Amino acid sequence: MKLHEYQSKQIFGRFGIPVPNGKVADTPEAARQIAQELGGPVVVKAQVLVGGRGKAGGVKLAKTPDDAEARAKEILGMQIKSLPVKKVLIDPAADIREELYLGVVLDRAARRVAVMASAAGGVDIEEVAATTPEKIITVRVDPLIGLADYQARQLAYGIGLKDKKQVGQFVKIVKALYQVFIDTDASLAEINPLAIVGDEGTLMALDGKIVLDDNALFRHPDLAEMRDESEETPAEREARLNGLSYVDLDGTIGCLVNGAGLAMATMDVIKLFGGEPANFLDIGGGARAEKVAAALRIILSDPKVRAVLVNIFGGITRGDEVARGIVQAIEEIKPNVPFVVRVVGTNAEEARKILESANMITAETLAEAAQKAVEVANQPA
Amino acid sequence: MSILIDNNTRLVVQGITGREGQFHTEQMINYGTNVVAGVTPGRGGQDVLGVPVFDTVAEAVRETGANTSVIFVPAPFAADAILEAADSGVEFIVAITEGIPVLDMVKVKKFVDERGVLLLGPNCPGLITPGVAKVGIIPGSIATSGPVGMVSRSGTLTYEVAYELTLRGIGQSTIVGIGGDPIPGMNFIDVLRRFQDDPQTEVIVLIGEIGGTDEEKAAEFIEEYVTKPVYGFIAGRTAPPGKRMGHAGAIISGGEGTAESKIAALEAAGVKVASHPAEVAEFIERDLRG
Repeated sequence: MKLHEYQSKQIFGRFGIPVPNGKVADTPEAARQIAQELGGPVVVKAQVLVGGRGKAGGVKLAKTPDDAEARAKEILGMQIKSLPVKKVLIDPAADIREELYLGVVLDRAARRVAVMASAAGGVDIEEVAATTPEKIITVRVDPLIGLADYQARQLAYGIGLKDKKQVGQFVKIVKALYQVFIDTDASLAEINPLAIVGDEGTLMALDGKIVLDDNALFRHPDLAEMRDESEETPAEREARLNGLSYVDLDGTIGCLVNGAGLAMATMDVIKLFGGEPANFLDIGGGARAEKVAAALRIILSDPKVRAVLVNIFGGITRGDEVARGIVQAIEEIKPNVPFVVRVVGTNAEEARKILESANMITAETLAEAAQKAVEVANQPA
Repeated sequence: MSILIDNNTRLVVQGITGREGQFHTEQMINYGTNVVAGVTPGRGGQDVLGVPVFDTVAEAVRETGANTSVIFVPAPFAADAILEAADSGVEFIVAITEGIPVLDMVKVKKFVDERGVLLLGPNCPGLITPGVAKVGIIPGSIATSGPVGMVSRSGTLTYEVAYELTLRGIGQSTIVGIGGDPIPGMNFIDVLRRFQDDPQTEVIVLIGEIGGTDEEKAAEFIEEYVTKPVYGFIAGRTAPPGKRMGHAGAIISGGEGTAESKIAALEAAGVKVASHPAEVAEFIERDLRG
């Protein structure tokens, strides 16, 4: 689950990381008022959960409260990568001298938490990693010890900080950001840019990003409440509430599969035979008829869907349960798209009987099922 | 021969009194696995399906000589269950539970490694040595004994490939599910090394998916150490970047973890990569039977 910039900065502030004293507005008038209170020039920043806001015109400087209102009006109406902008953050404009990068991530290959810093801040860090990897300094943390002071100093000196006060401040921020990461069960906590501002040369987190581990949300009910539901499509939200893994895609063949790997493979095989999957959907292990019906409702709510492919490999999941769920959903929704169903494993025979009486196209193998699904999806309606 | 589990496996089931634990304990016993104990705190002294239940793993090991543990404990308590098992003298832990917070696994991984205990999973289907024993949830009906060693990050996708092999009369030495989490216990290399050393295993199947770089590392290892033929399949060629595809670890992020990169690495290491699951079995049938 991703947090917005303003949410991330609120959390940073609580952990003692210096952040601008901006506020969030959801109307141009509110933006104006905040600008007035702050006094002086401000930055109006779109709050959407995608990267590249700046390039899309979602970040604008405003010199006066009138100007802030006008910029907020423009930005609040925008769509950035098809996500509507519903909130803007109004921050006081900073006198930026240098831009640094600081991030805490899960390093899967090392099986460790890694802290990365770079003097090349303010740009996409993945680009820095790809073109000038030597500009990124990384330390990996022993999970039983935690981040040590010397590691934070390694980062500070590694990116070229020399001023004693700046090094001290940087070390404090590194340790605080690591603590944010641990205490929120994040999979990413990032400050970019961590700016050096003003004549004093103090450090300040001008932008921030936190991605939380969905598996750990059960122990952070306060953070779970920060979810922005516009991050998900309505179908994705419905799936989450039903305990289903679902990802919306662009194709025409709806997929209902048990198991994540098999669900991905099913999509791949559809593509291999010339079709395009409309979604990824894993009903999980041991799904009962009601859950299958909920899954089908989600798939059929997508107007792009021209055919549905059900691929069930029965183990803990019983084929007859799935078949009953399909029949239940079909009686309820009365869809006018064809179904191709392939069930093997536990109680597959019973499943086949139930499905054949419901006039569905059945298949023995995944390849056969995919071919049939592509064929019926491509037929003119 | 087989790897990791055999006739000497003495299994303790953590979470034996839960719905899943009980169901799969019965399945494992019916398959022939020697289930010697169960553990559920507060339920010591009872028995489930004739298996004695203990309050702690240490007690179960002391009383029954259990050497392998399987974990069906719910996610909020599963990391602790792995630590308990690792500290109780079992040599091999199989964690079935899905949904363990990843930062818990970072600590657990270090803890088990330091004790020299093997961990399979979490978020995995376990493993099966056909005709001998199974630990976890892989359905016995899909497997038959033979020369193919299988290692995979996925559950049902592995069943699919094993089933296709079994249909063709080609059996398996051991099928190992390493699980779909970002921080797994054993990785591909840990299992490949054992298959390379196992006399029964003649060919190896590796089933990977998007996310992380473990397949790329496996490819390096295959290039250097594996002399047996390896066949592969990678799921997620059509997965969009930045979206988690069911498994916590199945996500392309920052350009890393794409199917293309994994397929290219494996092919460069001489692995025959199939374009759909059944093709793995077709390749093997052709090569084994000429």
